Amino acid sequence: MTASQAYPLRVVLYEGEGALPLDQGTRSVVLAALLDKGYATTVAGKGAIVRDNDVERLLVIGSFTAGNTPGLKDAEGKIEILTRDITGMDEVRVLETVESARNGRAMNQPGSWKPWFPVIDYDRCTNCMQCLSFCLFDVYGVDSDDKIQVQNNDNCKTNCPACSRVCPEVAIMFPKYSGGPINGEPVNNSDLEREKMKVDISSLLGGDIYSRLRERSEGAKSRFSKERDSDKALGERKKCLTKLAAQGDIPMEVLASLPSPEEIAIKVEEAGRKAKEALAKSKH
Amino acid sequence: MSKSPGIVYCRCAYAQVVADEVKDGVIKGLCASGRSFDAVSDLCEMSARKDPRLGAIARQDNVRIAACHPRAVKWLFHAAGVPLDDARTEIVNMREENAATATAKLLEDDDC
Repeated sequence: MTASQAYPLRVVLYEGEGALPLDQGTRSVVLAALLDKGYATTVAGKGAIVRDNDVERLLVIGSFTAGNTPGLKDAEGKIEILTRDITGMDEVRVLETVESARNGRAMNQPGSWKPWFPVIDYDRCTNCMQCLSFCLFDVYGVDSDDKIQVQNNDNCKTNCPACSRVCPEVAIMFPKYSGGPINGEPVNNSDLEREKMKVDISSLLGGDIYSRLRERSEGAKSRFSKERDSDKALGERKKCLTKLAAQGDIPMEVLASLPSPEEIAIKVEEAGRKAKEALAKSKH
Repeated sequence: MSKSPGIVYCRCAYAQVVADEVKDGVIKGLCASGRSFDAVSDLCEMSARKDPRLGAIARQDNVRIAACHPRAVKWLFHAAGVPLDDARTEIVNMREENAATATAKLLEDDDC
């Protein structure tokens, strides 16, 4: 799923002059509730509340003394500052107040989307282009210096860490992944050996996972046409996908949604060509 | 008197890979400290959007970031085009530390 590019409203929980501090328990519960809904939040005692990177509008909430909600203006006039008094409110009412101030403006919210994309550790990356050759979804590309980079985050298949499995240097991370070193844990020698083994497993499968899948799909297609038994063909495909999913830790949904064998062949060729070109240029 | 480092807390709200007891414990500790601090819903989500607020964090003179594995956090900022300066940044790993240790690291020498 594609992420919204809209910036979430920043909320400032103001406890400086003219406002009473919330009690500790309420402060942490309100803050957690705002964060869990996707809002960036600042707990502020004193000092400037507008930052140079604020966008469009800012919401300042606080338990303002005697209910005197201040009218605030950005000195540079770039940011609209809204203020809301939250005296006596619990976290549910605070959230309602903030949502109302947002007034339906777009933003990502937890639960609606998962930020899943590869992050390259350039301290480890050797620019070998295996990831570019491997990925069928055009996630990778090269910059003007022919250096590998992640170019299309949104093309990445949620929960699929397959490219990190083929990286010989363990340089590709998915911070939301459960285990190390793919999640960003330090890489040790045994990880390097294990990762090498995974590449070997991939080779044993017949070059790479995708070519293996292509062969199996073609086999299944052939059997389907001969046997005219759709249940059997689907069963075979499921069996094949289950095996590949387990070996590569690739979600079944990703394998099941791969392009057709013909499209895969074209993609593999294109990606390989791109990688070769980039490698040739970077060597000059 | 040296300036206290800025504190940024990541809630990891989009995938929940940080244990609840750790992230809840850290937020309680920060709220109890009386310090001003910034809290974001999810640094990965911000990196995906290349949120300019990441630049504001990276440019701070001295900042402590409570999030996940330092290698991941470092390269998430880089991916957003705003690399962190290793010399001015300390990353506290809430996937490895317990709440008390993580909070103590964030608030360490706060009164200097």
